[in-house]
This record gives sequence, structure tokens and C-alpha cells, in this order.
Amino acid sequence: MTLKVIVKGKAQGQIMIAKKPINFLGAVDKKTGKIRDEKHDLFGKSLADKILVFPFGVGSSVGAYTIYSLKSNNCAPRAMICSKVDITTASGCALANIPLVMATKEEYDSLTDGKKILLDADNGKIL
Amino acid sequence: MELTKEEEASLKGEHGETLAIAYRVLVAIGEATNADRLLPIEWAHLSGVNYNTIGDAGEEFLANLSKDAKFKVKTTVNPMGFDPNTVSKYDISEEFIKKQNSIKNSYKKMGAILSFSCIPYEIFDLPKNGTHVSFAESNAAIYANSMAHLKTNKEGAFSALASALTGKSSFSDLRKDDSRNPSLTIRMKTDQKDELTYGMLGYFAGKVAGSSVAISGVKELDRRSCKSLCAGMGTSGTCGMFTLGAVRGETMDFGKEEAQKIHDELNTTDSGDIITLGSPQLGLDELSDLSGMLKGKTFKKRCMIFCPRAVQEQARRVGFTNEIERAGGELLSDCCICLTPLIDKKDVDGVITNSVKGAYYLKTSNDVDVNLKNLAQIMKEETI
Repeated sequence: MTLKVIVKGKAQGQIMIAKKPINFLGAVDKKTGKIRDEKHDLFGKSLADKILVFPFGVGSSVGAYTIYSLKSNNCAPRAMICSKVDITTASGCALANIPLVMATKEEYDSLTDGKKILLDADNGKIL
Repeated sequence: MELTKEEEASLKGEHGETLAIAYRVLVAIGEATNADRLLPIEWAHLSGVNYNTIGDAGEEFLANLSKDAKFKVKTTVNPMGFDPNTVSKYDISEEFIKKQNSIKNSYKKMGAILSFSCIPYEIFDLPKNGTHVSFAESNAAIYANSMAHLKTNKEGAFSALASALTGKSSFSDLRKDDSRNPSLTIRMKTDQKDELTYGMLGYFAGKVAGSSVAISGVKELDRRSCKSLCAGMGTSGTCGMFTLGAVRGETMDFGKEEAQKIHDELNTTDSGDIITLGSPQLGLDELSDLSGMLKGKTFKKRCMIFCPRAVQEQARRVGFTNEIERAGGELLSDCCICLTPLIDKKDVDGVITNSVKGAYYLKTSNDVDVNLKNLAQIMKEETI
């Protein structure tokens, strides 16, 4: 399978799947990387060093700065995989140099929570 | 996306981290919007200036970036949170002022013209027809495409910033001539021809249209109505351009009923404690009109009037401000109704305005009620 590459790079880590979209501005603590929105399915969990898999980002475009802050505070995901790319996530990953790819529904559904993978976002492959 | 060798090298960081960040943003947004290449732009207008909107994370990012970044093309900026000349009269925290000043300094260091205005098309000379620009302020992007013969997408804070740093933008959407052709026409069917109605028409069109829309039944638009239409359209959706004239594609009507529905949505009270004018900020001719309307009259309530610094200075020189200030009008520059901390729900219950855009943000961001009515009605009901 080939993933559509939005921000290039390579990353190795454990998959963490969010069922709900993520509002980076409101729902993520930029100092710890933890989801602080009680209504989110990843509430209390940290995104740090994960390969974050989520449908897409929602909310203010300022959330892109939050993604950059996560990286500056060493608590950002190592890479992100979305089913639909939004401008906020794309801008944020670009600012922070976090590899970002878009997966088709089939590819997206085949990802398993907790599995360790190597994401090659230079070539759009999961190894 | 196809990149030139030079662009590829910048993306890889061969020309420094700042350009690598900027090209990563352009490529990411380009890939997300199916662009096939980048193209040069001549002017970037940035949003993301008000500390109220970008917060600590934005302030920190810009402080970091400005250590060695320089803008490559003419770069102007949106309003910030307050007017530095009058901020001491308001209850704004030291912290807010400090952070806002840091943002201002970062943009200055990178070479921006500190215009702090949402109407760049009215206060700067326009480039020649067909020029590509990169405007992040929605009303300005729509005005540029629809009235000023320029080409831009409805850019976001990051794509416009990346454009300022590189002098480029991704070649997609409204930059392509095909996408500028509307596939929907809104037929203007109401007899009301004031700026508020045009603001609501824009708000309606923005909700239902794709990236470009045609509007029939409107022969001419004065500047006030035109700005109101652009601002309304920019507030409600992703549409970045309108064309006046003949019917093209599918049609939808904007009549009395549609206008009433939007008014019901945005008007949340029948009275207000203060009046605000200027979203988008007022230009010189609007201040001239206002000065004429206020002859012999006084505002019954506090009235905040937002205009660019350059416009206020000009208006002072020619004397338009005398009548406005005598009537109790308070002129504010470098800021705007939208997302200003100057209007706080702890002091104000309801705000009177003729701006659809202002109404939307006052309600959703400042959490105050809004009494939405046209300028003629404001003059009639709120002055003696």
C-alpha cells in the first residue's frame, strides 16, 4: 500500500489510535502531551512518542502552534496518520517537522492499536 | 507535487531551518489541497497577529522564528488586540500587553509593514491585474479576488506566513482559472439595499457556495456594502470569490425570508450597552460619511469606531474626526471588533453593530449578545 505523504520523514513507534477527531488547541496539554478533554476516548493518555492515528483534526487553526509546542516540549507524537487531512494538522506537522501521511479507509482500518511500526513517510510505506 | 531543484533544496534544509519550515508548510498544504506546483506571489497579508487568537504557543513560535527569519515579499498584518495609544484606559492585563508587544516585535523583526488592518486593499496601492497575492484575512481575500482583480486562495495563517517567507504559494483552488468559474448563482431578491442586507447576503452565500459564487440582481455595490458582503461571506464558509452579473449554473434565491432567518440567527437582543462600527475597519470615505451623518447629533451610548491607523491620521488632517469625536465617537486603530479583549462580557451585556462578521465573533468569541441593525437605523435610534 502507498500512503499519501503530507510531511516527509521516518519514524518508529507504537500505534495509538484515537476514535474521535482531535482538537489540538483545546484538548491537548502542550506541556505534557496528554489529552485533557474528558469527553475524548484518549482522555488522560499521553501522545508523546506514539505514532498517532486519528480521523482528522478539528477546531481552531491555531492548534497548529500547539503541535509545534508539543515538539518543542519533547512530548509530541513521532508521526501522525489521518484518514482525512485538515489544514491545521498539516500546518502543525509541517511547522514541527513531524511526518504526516493520509491513509485510505482500507489502510486506516488495517492499523492495530499498540502495534510497533516503522513509518517511512518519504516513500509512503508502513514497514 | 513537482518542486524545482531550488525549492527541493530549501525543503531539505540546505538554506536554513526557517526556509525548511516554510517550504514544509507550503508542500503540506499543497499536498492536502492537490496542488501540482508552487508559484510566485507578490504580497502576503498575515492573520495570527492578535494574542487573543494565537495565544502563548503562537507567541513563542513567532519569537523563535523571528530570530533569523526575514520576509521575502511585501508583508502586511491583520489587527492586533488593542490600540496601544488608548490601551491604558481599558482593563487589559500587563501579561496581555507584554505578549501582544512580543508578537508585534517578532513581525517587525521579520520585516512586516505594521499596518494592523483587515482592509489592506483600501490602504495600500494594488498590484496590477492578475497578480497573485496571499491573503489570510478572509474579507480581504474575497475582496482581492472579486473586486481588485487579484488572485489568492482564502489563505490560512500558516500558508500566508510561509508565502511571506518564501514569496511562493501552492498552485491550487482559486489560483487556477477553472476554479474561479462559479457553479452556483445567488439571486438577490430583496428590495433592502443597505450594508447589513449585503452582509447577510454574503453570510448566506458563504454557507451554500463552493469556492466561487455568482450573484445576480445586484448592479452596483458601494464600498460599504461591498466590504460588508465580503466580510459576511468570509465568516460563514470557505467561499473565496464572488462575481456580479449573469446567472450561471444552479440558482438559489436570497429574499426577505432568507435575510430574516440570518438576522434571527445573529441578532440575539433588542438593545445594547455600546455601539461598535468597523468590522471590517472603516476607510476614509466611511469616516467622511459618518462625520456628515453626525452633524448636530450625539451618540446616546458609548460608540467604538475601528479604522486603520493610516486612515485615522488622514481623517484627523482633513477634520472628519472633529464631528465624530464631538458626538462621542471613540476612534480606535490597530485593532478591530473581532476578538478584541476591549469588549468584555463582564462590562457589557449587549453590543449594537451593523456588521454581520462583528456580530458572529462578538457572540461566539466574546460571548456577548448582539443587536444587529443597519447604520441608518443605528443613527436614528442611538443618537439624539
